[in-house]
Amino acid sequence: MIPLEHYLYISAALFSLGVFGVLTRRNAVNVLMSIELIFNSANINLVAFSRFVEGALGGQVFALLVIVIAACEAAVALAIVMSLYRVVKHVNLDDAAELKG
Amino acid sequence: MSDALQSLSRFIPELILMGALAVVIVADLITQRRPLKSSTDLLNGITLVGLFAALVTSWQALGTVEAQSLFASMLADDGLLGVFRPIFCLTSIVVLLLGMRSKELEGVRLGEMLALLLTVTAALMWMAGSVNLVMIYLSLETVSVASYLMVGYLSSDRLSNEASLKYILFGAVSTGAMLFGLSLLYGMTGTLDLYGVRAALAEGAFGPGLLFVLILIAAGIGFKIAAAPFHFWCPDVYTGAPTPVTAFLSVGPKAAGFAVLIRFFYLGMAEPAGGGALAPVGGADWQMLLMMLAVITMTLGNVAALLQTNVKRLLAYSSIAHAGTMLMAACVLSVEGVQAIAAYLAIYLFMNLGAFAVVILAHRVTGSFEIDSYAGFWKRSPLLTVAMGIFLFSLMGIPPFAGFLAKWYVFAAVINAGLGWLAVIGVLNAAVAAFYYVKVLRVMVIDQETGPTPALAFSRLDLALLVLLVVPNVLGLLFWGSLDRVTEYSQTLLELG
Repeated sequence: MIPLEHYLYISAALFSLGVFGVLTRRNAVNVLMSIELIFNSANINLVAFSRFVEGALGGQVFALLVIVIAACEAAVALAIVMSLYRVVKHVNLDDAAELKG
Repeated sequence: MSDALQSLSRFIPELILMGALAVVIVADLITQRRPLKSSTDLLNGITLVGLFAALVTSWQALGTVEAQSLFASMLADDGLLGVFRPIFCLTSIVVLLLGMRSKELEGVRLGEMLALLLTVTAALMWMAGSVNLVMIYLSLETVSVASYLMVGYLSSDRLSNEASLKYILFGAVSTGAMLFGLSLLYGMTGTLDLYGVRAALAEGAFGPGLLFVLILIAAGIGFKIAAAPFHFWCPDVYTGAPTPVTAFLSVGPKAAGFAVLIRFFYLGMAEPAGGGALAPVGGADWQMLLMMLAVITMTLGNVAALLQTNVKRLLAYSSIAHAGTMLMAACVLSVEGVQAIAAYLAIYLFMNLGAFAVVILAHRVTGSFEIDSYAGFWKRSPLLTVAMGIFLFSLMGIPPFAGFLAKWYVFAAVINAGLGWLAVIGVLNAAVAAFYYVKVLRVMVIDQETGPTPALAFSRLDLALLVLLVVPNVLGLLFWGSLDRVTEYSQTLLELG
């Protein structure tokens, strides 16, 4: 059987990749994909802990709810990206800098 | 099953809001072809009635019944939720009235905005009541997603869109970090229930690992209350969003964020140590973490506000500074700190929304949010200038205005807890804050406008709104006793468990 540690290594790696992507990518859609990695790293944690630590379904239910919320958030984020694209014709975060100071 | 039914009877304000939400959505569809004005009036009316009914029921529930956990220990209906519910309802009512007078929202169909406002108001109540990690995350995300949409409501406006995109990217990353922290906390304790978390943490020393988890979770909560260093979205979003939405964000989600902060740290991370005081569990010194956040937040907010020329940006940094002041009270680790935060938020609601009301009314005539455009306001409208003066002096914390009372509560709690050095930093910050608030007043009273200066005319609704917001600020000190009584209810925070 695969021990708990392996799940945690994977989720830590995914989380770091997600944060790295958020910090380095300049395209809004790429940033959104990196954010999905962060959410899914937490999901792996939740399911693994629910199996190995709690021994009940709490974590798995939490993970399901996270998936739902992540889908909502992605839908809203893409709608906003589309709406911004209609106005400025690009989705580059460096150029979305009208607001600053 | 009977638990769920029983819980519903303690859930009336939320149910009213949900009902109003359904009616608003349907009414919006039905009146789609009617002229904009009549449709908007109808929808505003329905929303106002719903919010007002929720305010009345939550006011009646305040402190009359004992604490009880709802829906299989997902929510707790206790003094803390009781104090926060009317704050949320009042905020939404004032924001709705501001929305009616905002030039930015004129000629826009408001049905969806009102539906979002009702959703957020109910979700704020869930946030303030949640005692389960799942519920904390779920309610926080409900508030976030709905506020992203409210910020980006003017879909053809470049600034509104840009603000919304920045908001959602920052928000998703912070709540993602918080979620990762929650999952690790779940792994450490094996339970999602806050009381269970506390029991599990009390049994062992987790040390630096727990502190790392708490920093991740503080990112999510810090994002909601706009605490530095998780505040980067705040000035941009406040500037780009329609002003009534900005006013809402500066009070509603911030208050709910503090409710979650109190619940998470005071219930889940600490145990009673006698005499109303608390002691951290699990071997992580999160009091130090909160103190650092408070000092950074206050100082950064106040210093950055000195440099602003746009009034919405200035109020954004000012709201960051106020979050820092309230964070100071959160470091106290006793019921007194909770009372101070509750009292501060109740007063902050009126002074901050008041300042935004003046900004919205001024924007109707000047069409600008630059501070320079306020020149000559003393001649054009003494009434508006005096109102702004009262709100700003209240925000400064100068007696006899209510803001002084708010600051008094916080500093008394901090000093009683033996954190004198923190209080000193707080007082220095309050002195810095006076500079930028007075700067706005100086422009209004002393600076002369170069062009023609027609007198400003206000409708009766504007005057009513200003009076509604000015009165609590002026008479604040008279309500000392009743405020004391309201904050007493928050003592029941620790009753369950």
